[in-house]
Amino acid sequence: MKSKAWTEKVMQGVFFIAACASVLAVALICIFLFANGIPAIRQIGFVKFITGDIWRPGNELFGIFPMIIGSIYVTAGAIIFGVPIGILTSVFMAMYCPKKIYKPLKAATELLAGIPSVVYGFFGMVIVVPIIRDFGRTLKMMGLVEESGDGKGILTTSIVLGMMILPTIIGTTESAMRAVPPQYYEGSLALGATQERSIFKVVIPAAKSGVITGVVLGIGRAIGETMAVIMIAGNQPRLVNNILLGVRTLTGNIVIEMGYATGLHREALIATGVVLFVFILIINFSVALLKRRGEHE
Amino acid sequence: MSNQMKKTVGVNRENFADKVKSYLRHPGSMILMLLVMLAAFITFALLLFLIFYILVNGIPYIKPSLFSLHYTSENASVIPALINTVVMTLLSLLIAVPFGIFSAIFLVEYAGKGNKFIEVIRLTTETLSGIPSIVYGLFGMLFFVNTLKWGFSILAGAFTLSIMILPLIMRQTEEALKAVPDSYREGSFGLGAGKLRTVFRIVLPSAVPGILAGVILAIGRIVGETAALIYTAGTVAQVPKNVLGSGRTLAIHMYMLSSEGLYMDQAYATAVILLVLVVTINTLSGVVAKKLTKA
Repeated sequence: MKSKAWTEKVMQGVFFIAACASVLAVALICIFLFANGIPAIRQIGFVKFITGDIWRPGNELFGIFPMIIGSIYVTAGAIIFGVPIGILTSVFMAMYCPKKIYKPLKAATELLAGIPSVVYGFFGMVIVVPIIRDFGRTLKMMGLVEESGDGKGILTTSIVLGMMILPTIIGTTESAMRAVPPQYYEGSLALGATQERSIFKVVIPAAKSGVITGVVLGIGRAIGETMAVIMIAGNQPRLVNNILLGVRTLTGNIVIEMGYATGLHREALIATGVVLFVFILIINFSVALLKRRGEHE
Repeated sequence: MSNQMKKTVGVNRENFADKVKSYLRHPGSMILMLLVMLAAFITFALLLFLIFYILVNGIPYIKPSLFSLHYTSENASVIPALINTVVMTLLSLLIAVPFGIFSAIFLVEYAGKGNKFIEVIRLTTETLSGIPSIVYGLFGMLFFVNTLKWGFSILAGAFTLSIMILPLIMRQTEEALKAVPDSYREGSFGLGAGKLRTVFRIVLPSAVPGILAGVILAIGRIVGETAALIYTAGTVAQVPKNVLGSGRTLAIHMYMLSSEGLYMDQAYATAVILLVLVVTINTLSGVVAKKLTKA
């Protein structure tokens, strides 16, 4: 009997230690990133690092402003393409979809989330890039733009990223809409509103916090996406005013140059990771806040 | 809920002509309906197009030479990458699954409700699941590769990935454990079993399908991962002698092929293999999860 109580205690300790693993992991990630990145930021100068618009490691010029803007551009583009289609698709899934085809379609949205980012990047490279290249050339011939770009750029990346964040948005929005009490919808129908009016004026506003959570999660996914972006964004570290031209994102900067970087250059890349990490932490934090607010409502 | 809704519609069922008439009277509603249909069509058409495009272009290039035992610059064989992927998956699961299951057991079975520590763990797992893979890759490089001096190695990659999939496994196990009815536990206690016995003999076995579905999803993530592995496991195209050697997984292999630009045919073929793997894994997870809801 004694030894049994002893095993119980030991195993409880084991479970507790296992539960601490995730806390430890987060702590280690924070410590190692910040410890390796912050000295470089200090050496370069925080303001110079964040707002400097020239990235030329050979000349010790480390300004990541173009990359920050690049990340923001492609993320915003992904939102423009992904959010309307995602929300409308989840309306279809939650309110219109015939029961018979619901299961395969649901599985399809999950598959959309499971496709590796290299495959998305490859798809972008062989399909979207040529289309946008021709599109850019046509625009240039018509005299609408000065430079046509080579197909790799903000527009291409936005389209592919928009596709990649669809499952995130669809999943969250659909479950939020299903959580709205059916009486709301039925009440609206009973008052004579059409199905669409009821959905868009009653159900979606009631599911608002879930919808916003989905969008914010999508932003997080888009800003952190790396491999697909590298393959189609062009990766030039510059500020552009034309969505056909190439940009480099924060994530791209790290992967492209980490292979051969040494010294301060390498530390500056880790510091780029720190900036990205801070962005992500802010996004995570707002998701947590949104969820909590959603629970209180 | 969908049942309830069906009933509502059934009360005064409209036929098709009524519907058309109603839409003609409310053009705004009609436009919205059409937009919804269009969006759904775009979503699923894009997915189908992606899959078929890659299958149609890749299948002709799946040749015996693609499956040679050793990688050379002529054959661009996928076999070493496939073997590395399997080893990487097994190692990562070996590390992450016990931790994930045990911590879920702690959260569901041991920690009392309203425990402050649960809040902390929940926050950290949420943070972990939101961190992009490139940040995991950076951390893995700084910690496992440099600080622990493992070098670019399968081991460093597996440890990095195991942190990445930990929140996924924890979450799924938690859900599965919560779905086990309390009467099972009470029955077990009533028969005189201790807490530990109850957990391992009663609760865990009934939660197996849910846990398995989580593990399969985790496998899917490992198979598709690139950014976290490039600077931890490295990109060597051979099977290393042991886990401290560098080796590329299938996803990295595909990235290298397509970025080098010389092996587009093989890149297509590798994409087919990756897609088939991912579709199989997803279907498997769905089948297992369905078992859970039936049980």
